Amino acid sequence: MIRRRTILQGSAGLLAMPAIVSRANAASSFDWKQFKGQHIEVSLTKNPRSDVLQKHQKEFEAMTGISVGSEQIPEQQQRPKAALEMASGHPSFDVLMVSLHVSKRLFGSAHWLEDMRPYLANPQLTAPDYDFADIGAGAVKTATQADGRMDSLPLNPDLWIIFWNKAIFKAAGLAYPSSMDELLTTARHLTDKKTGTYGFVGRGLKNANLPVYTSWLLGQDQLTVTPDGKKLLTDTPEAIWAADFYAKTMRECAPPGSIGFNWNECQTSFAQGKIGMWLDGVGFSAPLIDPKASKIVHDVGFAVVPKGPKAQHSASFVDSMGIPASSKKKGAAYLYCQWATSKKIMGEILRTGSGTPARLSVYTDPNVVKDNKFGKEWLQAVMDSQKISAPGLPEIIPVTEFRDTFGVALTNMISGADPAKEMKRATAEFQPILDKSNAG
Amino acid sequence: MSATTAAAVGLARRRANYARRYWVFAVPAAVVVVAVIIFPWLFTVFMSLHEWDPSHGLSWVGLSNYATLLSDTRFGWAVLRTLYFSVLSVGAPLILGVAAAVCFNQRFPLRGVARTIFILPMMATPVAIALVWSMMFHPQLGVLNYILTSLGLPPSTWTYAANTVIPTLAMVETWQWTPLVMLIVLGGLASLPQDPYEAARIDGASGWQSFRHITLPLLWPFIIVAAVIRTIDALKSFDVIYVITQGGPGTASETMNIFLYQEAFAYYKLGYASAVTLVFFALIVVISLVMLKLRQREKWQ
Repeated sequence: MIRRRTILQGSAGLLAMPAIVSRANAASSFDWKQFKGQHIEVSLTKNPRSDVLQKHQKEFEAMTGISVGSEQIPEQQQRPKAALEMASGHPSFDVLMVSLHVSKRLFGSAHWLEDMRPYLANPQLTAPDYDFADIGAGAVKTATQADGRMDSLPLNPDLWIIFWNKAIFKAAGLAYPSSMDELLTTARHLTDKKTGTYGFVGRGLKNANLPVYTSWLLGQDQLTVTPDGKKLLTDTPEAIWAADFYAKTMRECAPPGSIGFNWNECQTSFAQGKIGMWLDGVGFSAPLIDPKASKIVHDVGFAVVPKGPKAQHSASFVDSMGIPASSKKKGAAYLYCQWATSKKIMGEILRTGSGTPARLSVYTDPNVVKDNKFGKEWLQAVMDSQKISAPGLPEIIPVTEFRDTFGVALTNMISGADPAKEMKRATAEFQPILDKSNAG
Repeated sequence: MSATTAAAVGLARRRANYARRYWVFAVPAAVVVVAVIIFPWLFTVFMSLHEWDPSHGLSWVGLSNYATLLSDTRFGWAVLRTLYFSVLSVGAPLILGVAAAVCFNQRFPLRGVARTIFILPMMATPVAIALVWSMMFHPQLGVLNYILTSLGLPPSTWTYAANTVIPTLAMVETWQWTPLVMLIVLGGLASLPQDPYEAARIDGASGWQSFRHITLPLLWPFIIVAAVIRTIDALKSFDVIYVITQGGPGTASETMNIFLYQEAFAYYKLGYASAVTLVFFALIVVISLVMLKLRQREKWQ
């Protein structure tokens, strides 16, 4: 006999079917909807990568059912804002784009960010096709703290390359230099103050100029600080060689006023077609091939920084995605980080020329590479630089003070001060600051 | 007791009663003042006695931040640079502003239009105009060096060399704030009596003589007001310097404000930066008091 209750029970079972089915699918694939209905805030630094993330944000929201509020702030303002908010214990964001080259040790020592390793190891939270092993080892190493915690997921290493003007080289009958010494002789050769042509340009502005110096120092296979972050290595013969190299290139081969140049002044000078070589981050490539901003669209070459006396490296500066330890929506925030560092988004970043993502597979993905607007030479320079990348700044807490102290020493050298004396003075001045930060 | 004093006492009592009965109305304003001026000020004093590093928290250090300040040569240079920059960017607008006011006080065709054009720089956003100036200062591509070389003059390094950076920044300030001085002085000129001029003319005084011996003395109170306003503005100037040079080349244009910003938001030494703030505050108060004292003395009788 069919009772009313049985019918009700049966139909309830039927109604529950779709839920059971979707649960079963989740077990076999991945449940992106597990934090449906939550809202997260994302704090980004202003750069083309963040543009890509914001452009595709709707797709993330549709896939996960999580609503996202995101904001881009210029890096120099975002860093102190993020640090002070996290120090207060109530940050206004659940996901943070971290500039590891400046903030790594500060964030690491304060334990402000979640360790990502348990999340990565949890199949409930990490999609099976995420493929963490695909992320370049150099970037992973940079994202890993001294105590082994990895408190953010690497997104984009900005690599330093040389932009060179093929027309100027051709007119002088010279080839792209194969070593740093050759770079200096070539730059001297190209410099003709009468016609306003200069062989080289790089940042002279204090603080901003440090990576130019460390690029040369990496050619001596040396960093600015010992691996434990305790002792400066800035007064060694190698460090003084690099300072001397910096002073020579900037004094003899760079346009007047370069002492006050940041990347943007270098870029406009180089784009006008009167500069032979410019050393800076690959992230500044786009305007050089834009006919509205550049006179050298067809002449610009992209090349790896030539090898130094002992080694060949490309200074790199890694951006990553982290979650504040005090966030209340860590699960949803982790899904965002995972999506932002996925193959799809990183592929999109490379395809649109918005950066040089940390995943290796995207550089060989035909769909990504085929319509890359920068062309083969650029891709080759990026891939080669990726393989020889090394941190461009020391991994210490007072990075900004380091950059200012040594940045001033470098500008003094451009104005004529003795490199050895300046490096020794700056080392003596900064070592106590470093000691104090290590003691604290 | 005379009738008048009785009335005065009655009036005073009524006033006192008003104050007693209506104090409630003053409460909202008082709360706001305490919350946004007095509390932050006291908190800054509190912070200046601590070492506060965001990753490690607070620790009491007494007056050692102030002691460090005394021996910090970078701070000393920042103070000197602030004064240098202020002298230039108060002096130049004052001279030019008074000259402009005297010009614009004359009658000539299209005077209204000319006045409007003249005060336009004052209305522009400092950060935006700073960006425009920094492009014009570019030693190779900037329009300023193009003009100089077109005129057969040698190019300048503008903000791209240690010895020219502060005068160049003061030039930007002058460009922007001369109109303000002009407006204040123009107001003063409009209020001047005409009789002394007539008397001077009858006595055969030249234009320069009547300016030197009549206009200028009568204008002093207005000029001092303009000078006080300009001085405070120049001392606390930050945006233009930060946008154009960020304190560079080297530390050649690092004024107290830039130094303060670096210490607080680049090095995260919040305690030390608070001590700098208080010293800076004291400096501004002293300079303003001196200027106000001058104003009292010069008050137009």
